[in-house]
Amino acid sequence: MCTMISKQVSIAGSGKGREGWFSVNQANVSYDHPFHVPDEHALNIDFVNEALGPGARVAVELSEQAARSLVETILEVLNQAEAGGHLV
Amino acid sequence: MTFTTDMYEGMLAETVTMPGANGELINAYFARPTGEGPFPGMVIIHHMPGWDEWYREATRKFAQYGYAAISPNLYFRSGHGTPEDVAAKVRGAGGIPDDKAVGDIEGAMLYLRSLPNSNGKVGVFGTCSGGRHAYLAACRVQGFDALVDCWGGRVVMAEEDLNENFPVAPIDYTKDLSCPILGLFGEEDSSPTPEQVAQHEAELKKHGKNYDFHMYPDAGHGFFYHHRPNYRQQQAVDGWEKTFAFLEKYLKN
Repeated sequence: MCTMISKQVSIAGSGKGREGWFSVNQANVSYDHPFHVPDEHALNIDFVNEALGPGARVAVELSEQAARSLVETILEVLNQAEAGGHLV
Repeated sequence: MTFTTDMYEGMLAETVTMPGANGELINAYFARPTGEGPFPGMVIIHHMPGWDEWYREATRKFAQYGYAAISPNLYFRSGHGTPEDVAAKVRGAGGIPDDKAVGDIEGAMLYLRSLPNSNGKVGVFGTCSGGRHAYLAACRVQGFDALVDCWGGRVVMAEEDLNENFPVAPIDYTKDLSCPILGLFGEEDSSPTPEQVAQHEAELKKHGKNYDFHMYPDAGHGFFYHHRPNYRQQQAVDGWEKTFAFLEKYLKN
């Protein structure tokens, strides 16, 4: 196994799963075995709502570089939005 | 057991309910040969990616080789859904407590021992986290006659990685290991690394245990998994042959 490197963070938002949109209230971020990408380990993010069961999950599995690029891009977009006075 | 074209062969395979840790009921996949027996038993411990299709296939493979094989769902308490969704939930939570896993594995061993056609011997097999759990169980529970640990990571653990769920590094239970162990590992694995496997092997030697470790070149983690890119055909075939030769020696004779 299995690194068991995992963090959980409370979030607010919506995700689109197998049965359509649902509220997500937690993100599980791990660097561990993925299910789909052909690598031994990946940066995995599961957006979940555990009250709705294990199937209420929107999943992404990213390479290390993709994950770092995503983090940078999210921050750049938020900074731009803030600079434009769009964050209230 | 060599199959010949004039032989009868049959098995029953189904999900069942069994008592796990603290007598709590969990589900399990149970495959056993048809016939009177007596049959040795095998507890098959799934990996971190869950109680999935590969594990149901593997459980049937052990039945085909003449073992009453049961694979307990160690993630039963995490809810139900697809094996992947349930495993993702467990991954997000950082795993399951070692005590629960050991209790469930002990329950599976007792289940097999209770069968009227048991030959009185039970082994345990696991890959990835299942290899680690199998090792823990064979150290902490009396009653296993053979152990196959396939690339079980985190047998060697740093002090800072110990917590309420993982209070003791499995390697520190080595003096209590109660049965022979076959270990199969890949040189390119990062968990366990070849250095960690060597450390584990040294501990087994120190305590005078019966062990047989194999480190495969050009193989990493999970080289038995035919549905993943880490599959290595030659190493996997050899590993299965070693597994069944080892179990034949300790569970059937």
